[in-house]
Amino acid sequence: MNTPAILSVLGEDRVGIVAAVSAALAANGANIEDIRQTIITGIFSMTMLVTVDEEACAFDLVQAALAKVGDELGLQITLQREDVFRAMHRV
Amino acid sequence: MHIEPEEIAETLEMISRHHLDVRTVTLGLSLRACTADDIDEIARRVYDRVTSAAGRLVPVADAISREYGIPIVNKRISVTPVAELIASCGACDVSPIALALDRAGAEVGVDFVGGFSALVHKGIGEADRRLIDSIPAALAATERVCASVNVATTRAGINWDAVLLMAHTIKACAAATSDRDAIACAKLVVFCNMVEDNPFMAGAVHGSGEPDEVINVGISGPGAVRAVVESLSPDADLTEVAEAIKATAFKITRMGELVAREAARRLGVTFGIVDLSLAPTPAEGDSVAAILEAIGVERCGGPGTTMALALLNDAVKKGGAMGTSRAGGLSGAFIPVSEDANMVRAVRDGALTLEKLEAMMSVCSVGLDMIAIPGDTTAETIAGVIGDACAIGVANTKTTAARLIPVPGRTVGDEVEFGGLLGSAPIMSVNGWAGTRLARRGGRVPAPLGGLKN
Repeated sequence: MNTPAILSVLGEDRVGIVAAVSAALAANGANIEDIRQTIITGIFSMTMLVTVDEEACAFDLVQAALAKVGDELGLQITLQREDVFRAMHRV
Repeated sequence: MHIEPEEIAETLEMISRHHLDVRTVTLGLSLRACTADDIDEIARRVYDRVTSAAGRLVPVADAISREYGIPIVNKRISVTPVAELIASCGACDVSPIALALDRAGAEVGVDFVGGFSALVHKGIGEADRRLIDSIPAALAATERVCASVNVATTRAGINWDAVLLMAHTIKACAAATSDRDAIACAKLVVFCNMVEDNPFMAGAVHGSGEPDEVINVGISGPGAVRAVVESLSPDADLTEVAEAIKATAFKITRMGELVAREAARRLGVTFGIVDLSLAPTPAEGDSVAAILEAIGVERCGGPGTTMALALLNDAVKKGGAMGTSRAGGLSGAFIPVSEDANMVRAVRDGALTLEKLEAMMSVCSVGLDMIAIPGDTTAETIAGVIGDACAIGVANTKTTAARLIPVPGRTVGDEVEFGGLLGSAPIMSVNGWAGTRLARRGGRVPAPLGGLKN
């Protein structure tokens, strides 16, 4: 089951953020569908639309892998099922 | 249909900075199959029913919370009013059922279990009286159990005998927990026009029109609404304020409906309702009073407060009704004094009085809620306060209620700490001119013409 999810990353800019996040996603069978990324006054902000293959890796395990990356790099990383944004922002 | 980064950021900010959460996922359970001739047998059946039906509630709610990134603050259970289970058992003390509910609630990990309740708006049955007489012991001996009694409806009028009985019961609850600042009273609600699908405590029951098992969800989000109002230009007129609140209420409701639908699906039970109530918490800024102050009243309770609250309540309903077709429960802003930091401040400043709360109750949800009053307030005075709340509910065909806490040994100006989401409260002054004659007349206040709709 491919579950669409929104990944958001916020924190101080540094080398290797995209690489680390992408590697964690790839290692857990999650596919990147879209990326938007900006840096405003040194703050790195990235949102990704990803699909999580829950048969290959449970949703909470993908979240745990990303939380580990967040801890290592000092970033705030959240992965949420996409439905919540669709529900809140679309009629 | 791409989700814009600004929309993602808005949602994350509402949750992380403005305390947006789902206040409660409440599983309604019918206990009708639990009745028996013997009180201990009923208690055993109740325990088995709750633990078997609600075993997955907390893990499922926690999983949804993690996966969607939405805090779910409370997981609760509401049950069939216990007075309906005890007619055929002769026990005078039915608190063993409360103890069973408390143990079952602890076993499945929920915060509260509501439904140690009776509906007596037209008359007090023999089983109802045993239930009510057992409330003080039941609430003193349990942590999670909540009790509620419906004493009035628009169709039946006000059962004035029941109101006085409940005033005495409140005093007895205070006495039974005098060493804990009368905490039992915080778990007891006296209702007019009680609803059958309320997910919020202390007044949740599982009504007789409900399916065997149902998921009801209570949204929240005063902090998110306040932030939106504060972000408006100081020149924004009230129509713009209402519009902004409506749009925010829509988003909050949609989030609540998503959680309700998903919880019901995963648990395999019916999705009941989303309760569109703004429920404050003691956290700074997560306050209904703060919204009224952001709208423009200098301090909650000042002139204009009732109008601002009416605007807020109406806008939340309009936005919420657009967000879900399953609106239900109480669906109105809550004004529990101890649970709302800005209300507590307003009381301390002398801006907010019991009389003003009575006026506010007429335009929002429930009303005289979590109000600490002097311990020497008489039962007749408490009956008068409850009677006034009932009159507003009966005349306006709406739910009203009183959760009054006469704290033994405390007087106006003292502060009491209830802990957790119940917060802390200054003891409020109660008008001392109720006398005793009215309360002791007994009888029933007839239903208003407005109740004769057929």
